[in-house]
Amino acid sequence: MSSPNSGAVASAPSSPPAVEVADLHKRFGELEVLKGVSLSAQNGDVVAIIGGSGSGKSTMLRCINMLELPTRGAISIQGEAIDMKPDGRGGLQPANAAQLRRIRTRLAMVFQSFNLWQHMTVLGNVIEAPVHVMGISRDEAVARAEKLLERVGLFDKRDTYPAFLSGGQQQRAAIARALAVEPDVMLFDEPTSALDPELVGEVLAVIADLAREGRTMLLVTHEMKFAREVASHVVFLADGVIEEEGPPDRIYSAPKSERLQKFLATVQ
Amino acid sequence: MGPELRSWREPHRLVLIGVAVAIIAFAAINMRWDWLPRYSGRLVEGVGTTLWLLFLTSVLGFLLAVPLGLAQAAGPVWLAAPARAFCTVIRGTPLLLQLWLLYYGLGSLFAEYPEIRDSWAWPYLRSAWPYGVLALTLSFAGYEGEVMRGAFAGVPKGELEAGRAYGMSPWTSFRRIWLPRAIHRALPTLAGETVLQLKATPLVATITVVDVYAIISRVRQDTYLTYEPLLLLALIYMILTGILVVAFRWLEAKVPVKG
Repeated sequence: MSSPNSGAVASAPSSPPAVEVADLHKRFGELEVLKGVSLSAQNGDVVAIIGGSGSGKSTMLRCINMLELPTRGAISIQGEAIDMKPDGRGGLQPANAAQLRRIRTRLAMVFQSFNLWQHMTVLGNVIEAPVHVMGISRDEAVARAEKLLERVGLFDKRDTYPAFLSGGQQQRAAIARALAVEPDVMLFDEPTSALDPELVGEVLAVIADLAREGRTMLLVTHEMKFAREVASHVVFLADGVIEEEGPPDRIYSAPKSERLQKFLATVQ
Repeated sequence: MGPELRSWREPHRLVLIGVAVAIIAFAAINMRWDWLPRYSGRLVEGVGTTLWLLFLTSVLGFLLAVPLGLAQAAGPVWLAAPARAFCTVIRGTPLLLQLWLLYYGLGSLFAEYPEIRDSWAWPYLRSAWPYGVLALTLSFAGYEGEVMRGAFAGVPKGELEAGRAYGMSPWTSFRRIWLPRAIHRALPTLAGETVLQLKATPLVATITVVDVYAIISRVRQDTYLTYEPLLLLALIYMILTGILVVAFRWLEAKVPVKG
């Protein structure tokens, strides 16, 4: 794994990219949200995806694990292309359900609204996919989950139901759930947008910790300062296309495109 | 949130308990209960019949309600429409009518076919209880199917999406998330429906099934007493209702969920 700050461009090209998105289009009826996005992330990269609301950044992230089905384009994870076929209505659909499920366990997603399973305890949430999707023994999954919960600071909450946790705690539990599948790539979809301001810090601290240990992450975020600190590569999305991308220092200190300059001026 | 544990020692509760004890003492001393020992065996059997009718039809009805609710919440039109029609018809007609249509209608229809009369199923089709079980099951399924429709539809989309994002197959997601979440959402209504089902069971006495209500009717015919057997019957149903309510509360409290 390369160091977090090596950047997408500098990474060794010998191994296939962890995530490769080529010419991704997504249309909701008349509205074309993504108009041909291409992106690649090497193992160990932390790619921050920024942009205004409606720029298509969440949609792009959700296309990568096919929670949204792209209209056109190709997606590869660790060099393996997700099989897609035409859905007969001008879009694409998965062609191989088993392959998609297998690839999805390699791509752990952290949602804006946590989406913890409310009828399971924190521990139950964390061991669910390992036990019931990946077929790991319960004892092993519990042992691993307890380590992860310790790491995100929720060990003493392991038998609590999500309804009794704060937003920050829920999101940390969701991050533990994501880590439990030992993913190749973590997808963060605005992980702090639904949190009260005073709870943002505790979640960002956990994410920064993961970035430092060399996890491959794609991070859709509004936290500009945070993106600059943890990202190895920043992608600015506007109107469904990548308007500008590059290493964080360059993007933030010397933005080239006018739209990015405007965007940074409004958010900073 | 689970209901708070309430103490029975609060003053108003003590008063209510006192009143109840007084009523029971009055009834025990001033009314005629000499018939009770003679019928106690049959009463216990009757309660047994009522209970197994309740449990069998609630469980079967619920098993039927799950696909009925699922079809309406997420099924294609050709499944959703008949499911909705079934629930509407069941909920829109009296249970007594359904029971009699099945027993007198279906029952006499079967009797006209020698093939059926000669088959292994005839001993069952000739007795009354299968029609009672069928009618009560369909009724429970009709009401609970509607509840399950709402419960399935109300499970937050994000939780199902999380299931998909973590590689769950549709079946795993249904088994692990959608169904348990829906059942938990439906539990409070399920408790109410089960209590209503208990109180619907005496209708089977009209088609000669001998439940606790039928035994009490027998007592009234034999002894010419009116109040004593009926009061006892009320007490029996109240105790059974109480047990059901407590059992469901315990179930609900096991998984505290918001929303």
